[in-house]
Amino acid sequence: MLQSTTAEIKPRSALRVNPAKTCQPIGALYAALGIHGCMPHSHGSQGCCAYHRSHLTRHYKEPVVATTSSFTEGASVFGGLANMTQALTNIFSIYNPDIVAVHTTCLSEVIGDDIPMMIKKSYDDGIIPSGKLVIHANTPSFVGSHMTGFSNMTKAMVTYLSDRNGSTKNQLNLIPGFIDPADMRELKRLAAMMNVNIVMFPDTSDVLDLPQTGIYKMYPKGGVSIPQLKSTGDSIATLALGHFASYAAATALNDKWEVTNAFLELPIGLGPTDRFINALRNYAGVDVPESIVQERGRLLDMISDMQQYFHGKRVAVAGDNDNVIALVQFLTELDMKPVYVITGSPGNHFETRVGEILKEQVPDAVIKQNTDLFALHQWMKNGPVDLIIGNTYCKYIARAENTPFVRFGFPILDRMTHRIFPTVGYMGAIRLMDKMFDAMMDHKDRECPEELFELVQ
Amino acid sequence: MSEQIKTEATSLPDPTQVREIMLEPYPAKTKRKRAKQVLVNDPETPPKIGANSRTVPGIITQRGCTYAGCRGVVMGPVYDLLQIVHGPVGCGFYAWLSRRNLARPDTGESNFLQYCMNTDMQEEQIVFGGEKKLKQAIQEAYDIFKPKAIAILSTCPVGLIGDDIHSVAREMKKKLGINIIGFSCEGYKGVSQSAGHHIANNEVFKHIIGQDDTADTAKYTINILGEYNIGGDAWEIDALLKKCGIHVTATLSGDVNYGQLARCHTAMLNTVMCHRSINYIAEMMEKKFGIPWIKINFLGAESTAKSLRKIAQYFGDPELQTRVEEVIATEMTALQPVRDEVAAKHRGKKVALFVGGSRAHHYQDLFEDIGMKVVSAGYEFAHRDDYEGRHVLPTIKIDADSRNIEELHVEADPERYTPRISAERRTELVKEGLSFSEYEGMMAQMKKDTLVIDDISHYEIEKLIEIYKPDLVCSGIKDKFVIEKMGVPCKQLHSYDYGGPYASFSGAANFYREVDRMLSTKIWKFVVPPWEKEPQLEANFVHNVRIKDTKKETKKAA
Ligand code: SF4
Ligand code: SF4
Repeated sequence: MLQSTTAEIKPRSALRVNPAKTCQPIGALYAALGIHGCMPHSHGSQGCCAYHRSHLTRHYKEPVVATTSSFTEGASVFGGLANMTQALTNIFSIYNPDIVAVHTTCLSEVIGDDIPMMIKKSYDDGIIPSGKLVIHANTPSFVGSHMTGFSNMTKAMVTYLSDRNGSTKNQLNLIPGFIDPADMRELKRLAAMMNVNIVMFPDTSDVLDLPQTGIYKMYPKGGVSIPQLKSTGDSIATLALGHFASYAAATALNDKWEVTNAFLELPIGLGPTDRFINALRNYAGVDVPESIVQERGRLLDMISDMQQYFHGKRVAVAGDNDNVIALVQFLTELDMKPVYVITGSPGNHFETRVGEILKEQVPDAVIKQNTDLFALHQWMKNGPVDLIIGNTYCKYIARAENTPFVRFGFPILDRMTHRIFPTVGYMGAIRLMDKMFDAMMDHKDRECPEELFELVQ
Repeated sequence: MSEQIKTEATSLPDPTQVREIMLEPYPAKTKRKRAKQVLVNDPETPPKIGANSRTVPGIITQRGCTYAGCRGVVMGPVYDLLQIVHGPVGCGFYAWLSRRNLARPDTGESNFLQYCMNTDMQEEQIVFGGEKKLKQAIQEAYDIFKPKAIAILSTCPVGLIGDDIHSVAREMKKKLGINIIGFSCEGYKGVSQSAGHHIANNEVFKHIIGQDDTADTAKYTINILGEYNIGGDAWEIDALLKKCGIHVTATLSGDVNYGQLARCHTAMLNTVMCHRSINYIAEMMEKKFGIPWIKINFLGAESTAKSLRKIAQYFGDPELQTRVEEVIATEMTALQPVRDEVAAKHRGKKVALFVGGSRAHHYQDLFEDIGMKVVSAGYEFAHRDDYEGRHVLPTIKIDADSRNIEELHVEADPERYTPRISAERRTELVKEGLSFSEYEGMMAQMKKDTLVIDDISHYEIEKLIEIYKPDLVCSGIKDKFVIEKMGVPCKQLHSYDYGGPYASFSGAANFYREVDRMLSTKIWKFVVPPWEKEPQLEANFVHNVRIKDTKKETKKAA
């Protein structure tokens, strides 16, 4: 397993080995699926779109539809206007979406296609039927990562669609960040328990976690609706979860309609969930119901019962910047020691924020943005850990180092419950604890000497 | 609708009408184009299909890009060739371990399949060029991994910003003293993965094949071309051939190493599994080295037997032929019970296959083994010759997209060209019925009035399922859950998602069982909940309420 990875670390400045990030459009495509009645469209050659759809499908085990401009060499040389026009004509007559969300690929970015001009021309020429919408986000992958793409498309929802009719509506905007449908569903559940009306965008629940009914619907019932998106300018405030995926859209809403912003982190673990609940309470002016207090209490009880098994455990964490920033807080709440914390995405806030979180508890932690799984593995060879947390690709490292492993983040290509059970909120935290505990205990039960194999834990 | 258009004779829908329904919503231009790719079959005189043409923008297609065909399909499986994808991070990332091409390197050999290496191109390189970063990446890869050889694979932006990967390859080859090969397989270069196969074939032929003249000592040596060891298929084939006493010098490119590729020109025969992805190498090796090629197919029991017989016939050794017959007899006997059992349960059930450049054809043989009926099939990225047969090759017009891909001019190698069999022997074999350099294509095997659909679109798949109500569809990961949401099981036939091997006799048994599992699963029966099947038991409910109410009333009255 990964036999060519050795403990000897040689400098690298050009070669990326086993990335811990991927490219912008997949994030944009995922976000676009969180609009009801939307067809995501990839403006470039068709390979990118095929890859993005395949990977999303493997993670969600659901249909992921998207169209492409299918560039060939000609379009690459002369520009993609003809392809875009033809694509929009076909999309509206064959698939009849309410809205098309266009994102670019490296190719259309390099040739410098002017998407707003193309969209305007398509409206002018009557290619976009009346009442239908087309929005876009630029998503060059030589900048940022899939997190950036998600952020850009979410922001496009604001710049193109948010509106204001003057009277403030009794609702909060919630920008959930790059999390799974199950997580989005959980955020909605918590808000409903608090009696807070929210407009969540994007919202992929009921789009990418569909029941089996024997009927296929290209546009399932989920997704934020266009009227809801339009109403975001009238909301009391916007709660944006995650610096990298959500702040840009919130800032745009504030710039456009002066909607108050609350910048939060993803509600993973106790503290971040407390802050989320508290923000809902403060901005909507509601009380925290007993049912939520009890959920919280159950998590606390779980931690106090089982804390001894987590205390001091060395953890390697790899994943998306926003998600890792929140997760690391939970690990410290469990008194664990995240000794290596990495993300593949660039962005200085990651190192600063994780540094702040770990300053007291793990002052010597190695924290790195814009790095890769190969680097992480090499560090582990020099200083082993008790647990590794990351996406499916980390399973190779886990096997090579015989280290307990918990799957977390995107993508998870080889397990199932991430599609149904959340990791956010108090219940999500319990689930994460459960997974960590199982992983470490199964490992101990498998590897420990027979005389230490115990019935009760 | 589907009921109305069934013809009496076949109990299958009238394909001409289905075709019209499928094309109906398309705008004029799209309709004209798709009309050439959705055809009613006639095996006697296959109609001309508009294959290998551009995908219409805006259509939800199965197709991928040239890079995917080169890096993902052909080069990806070569496990000890260190491959650096030059471009932004995504293209490299998605092709990393996602195709299930398995390998079992010997101890001490490098295995780079678990690694994804790329130049993670940034804006700076887009603006100022990426050659410097590429050279540095090659140097670092060399320093860290000490590979035998390095491949550089370009993605879309590279061609546009004008990086010359071939000159970088030459320069670094000189500097490091190992073979370094550039593949200009930018995604936009062709209309599908197919162009990437061709590019990979060209570079492998130019830069790897023939680098080492050490021949295997075995008596009968062959190469298997176009077999990628998905789910372990190549291993089954290898094991089967070994039983017969036939040695595989190299499989291109399943579980293969650089060294095997370098000396595969020493084999006595090339056998071609996937015609689409590798026929170029077969042709070029014949011209340069004198190795003839025959088409074989190890998917399906009958076709596996047929393929073994063809190989034995080629070598013409009675002893070998006897051994092959013995192996076939033993394997068939072992296979028969499961084949009979599955056939008894599923004979006559309907299947449709839309996949790849050869599998939509080859897998029909497995279904034929168990008596299932193919109602429609099509490739994702094949050419006319894969549908209509190689005899149409001279009539295929070279369009702008195909012209993009270099056609290598190959001549006989002055020293190493040795016809593996004499001209007389070849004529004799042809007379006996063994055809060389020949592939008859998918349409000749499919029944009359079945529907052949090239590069099927999402809409066409939906209609097909609605109208034909197939029992099983074979397709790719992107369609799989659409099909299953419609209540029809879907077998993913690119990487299988899980399971395999399905090749050879042992693999066929796996496949029959897999089909049986999919067709016998009870899950689809539970889709409609009981409360939607039975009327509400209103009487009871009302009755109970009434009794309660009456009680209340009685109480009150009292
Ligand atoms: S070209 Fe860019 S957008 Fe397309 S897959 Fe590669 S990195 Fe992603
Ligand atoms: S950028 Fe080009 S090479 Fe990369 S996936 Fe997209 S189409 Fe293929």
